[in-house]
Amino acid sequence: MKGDVENGLEAGQGDGPDGRDRLFRRESARLLAVLTRAFGVENIALAEDVVQETLVNAFEAWSYRGVPAHHSALLMASAKNRALDVFRRERTARKFAPELGRVVESEWTLRQAIEALFLPDALKDDELRMMLSCCHPRLHADAQVALILNVLCGFGVGEIASAFLVSPSAIEKRLSRGKKVLSESSRLFELTAEDFAPRVATVRRAIYLLFSEGYHGAHPHAAVRVDLCLEAMRLARLLLGHGPAATPETCALAALMCFGAARLPGRIDEAGNLKALFDQDRSRWDVTLIAEGVKLLDASAAGDEITAYHVEAAIGAHHTLATSAEETPWGEIMALYDTLMKIRPSPVVALNRAIAISQHEGPARGLEAMRAIEGADRLARYPFYAAALGELELRMGNASFARESFVRALRLARNDGERRFLERRIAACRAEPTGGRPDG
Amino acid sequence: MDQFVYLYRRPTTPPATPQQMQEVMQRWQAWFKDLEKAGHLANYGQPLADAGGGVVKDKKGSFSDGPYAETKDVVVGYSVIAAADLDQAVKLATGCPILDRGGMVEVRAIMKM
Repeated sequence: MKGDVENGLEAGQGDGPDGRDRLFRRESARLLAVLTRAFGVENIALAEDVVQETLVNAFEAWSYRGVPAHHSALLMASAKNRALDVFRRERTARKFAPELGRVVESEWTLRQAIEALFLPDALKDDELRMMLSCCHPRLHADAQVALILNVLCGFGVGEIASAFLVSPSAIEKRLSRGKKVLSESSRLFELTAEDFAPRVATVRRAIYLLFSEGYHGAHPHAAVRVDLCLEAMRLARLLLGHGPAATPETCALAALMCFGAARLPGRIDEAGNLKALFDQDRSRWDVTLIAEGVKLLDASAAGDEITAYHVEAAIGAHHTLATSAEETPWGEIMALYDTLMKIRPSPVVALNRAIAISQHEGPARGLEAMRAIEGADRLARYPFYAAALGELELRMGNASFARESFVRALRLARNDGERRFLERRIAACRAEPTGGRPDG
Repeated sequence: MDQFVYLYRRPTTPPATPQQMQEVMQRWQAWFKDLEKAGHLANYGQPLADAGGGVVKDKKGSFSDGPYAETKDVVVGYSVIAAADLDQAVKLATGCPILDRGGMVEVRAIMKM
């Protein structure tokens, strides 16, 4: 069933044009969504068991014979039959989804009700409703993201723990708390609910966090990070596919992710080295994603509200559409960071603003801005703060100060890619001073 | 060329997450493809359900679990392999992905008439 989940947002990234390398995760999310609706959220553990059985069966058969072309439909049919068995077996012992009412009591009505649940039109919104349900306001943002990764992206506990560099037991805890909250709601979140808009806002924040973790996170393996970015983009696509959720703000969020993801292939060179924005081979950037980003950015201008996502998308567009670091409109980027500091100030935003200033008005002004950052102590553990200081000192010709800063950054480096990058910068302090290097 | 049956015996740690299933499945497919390309795959065979099977012990139809003492001995699939001799059949079996997860491959020569 190629084509039903794939789209421009996913094209050109990672693992094969039809996403077959993610097939099991993708299908597990879809099956879990429909089965949770069928059984009711309080029976999500039962739904997970049925998904597991369905996938194990398919995985064994397909190991021998290969994956059939209509694998989605086959899995869905197999899950439907298993669901019927579960209802027959447990209809007296268990309370099922309130939507089903008493129909489970008769074989005839049960069969019809299950058929209806699995119709394509009914299936369409299940994942979206599941995603909205995962972003329950009673859950901390970290728990929402963990829950989304598990329930909607099909990642296991160990896989989530490794992506976030957090212990499996911590993730286990987040997930069990999340599922407890989920199962206490009487049904999946309704798309017609009164609090639909604020819930979508929570979903956007979770998607943004997921993308940021993939983009800036500490995980040493590039592949894990790209995966998280791609998942965030797929989930944004779910929002975009449902009119009331496809607001200008959602478009802005999707646009900023397109511009960021478009540059992912340039961030790591063939030797696996991290490349600063300045040194990236721009021909490796993904033109499909850039075009998609531009389209979404246009669509995001439909409202009269400017959100942080809008500003970040505009900054991303400037970086991505420039033909070189020198040709980048740093003055406009500086102004956008000024706006962002008003809407959603943070030390990291202030740091990026200082870098833009250094590009536009010279390293001395950039250093001034950096030293004026409020809450700079919160950046003390962030290697790119010390690294940016080093770059600016180097451009000022203060090689020994620069070196000190890079050495400090190296001590904070979170993975080998960052370490190798900073070691090269330390070595550069002995050579000719070069241009500044914003965090790409 | 002689023919051999591979009997795959249940792994101790079957893949648990969708991603692991995906990876293990791809390893199996690659292994089968290599065997096929080299002309060693006489018949893919089938996976076998590891629950609900057992042995019929007499003509009255007594049916029970087994015949294995341990669940790890349960056969979860089979294939037919063409190889020059037992040594080669054994050597080819060492590439089987089931060995990565604590499973085993039993190699039996098919008797020639």
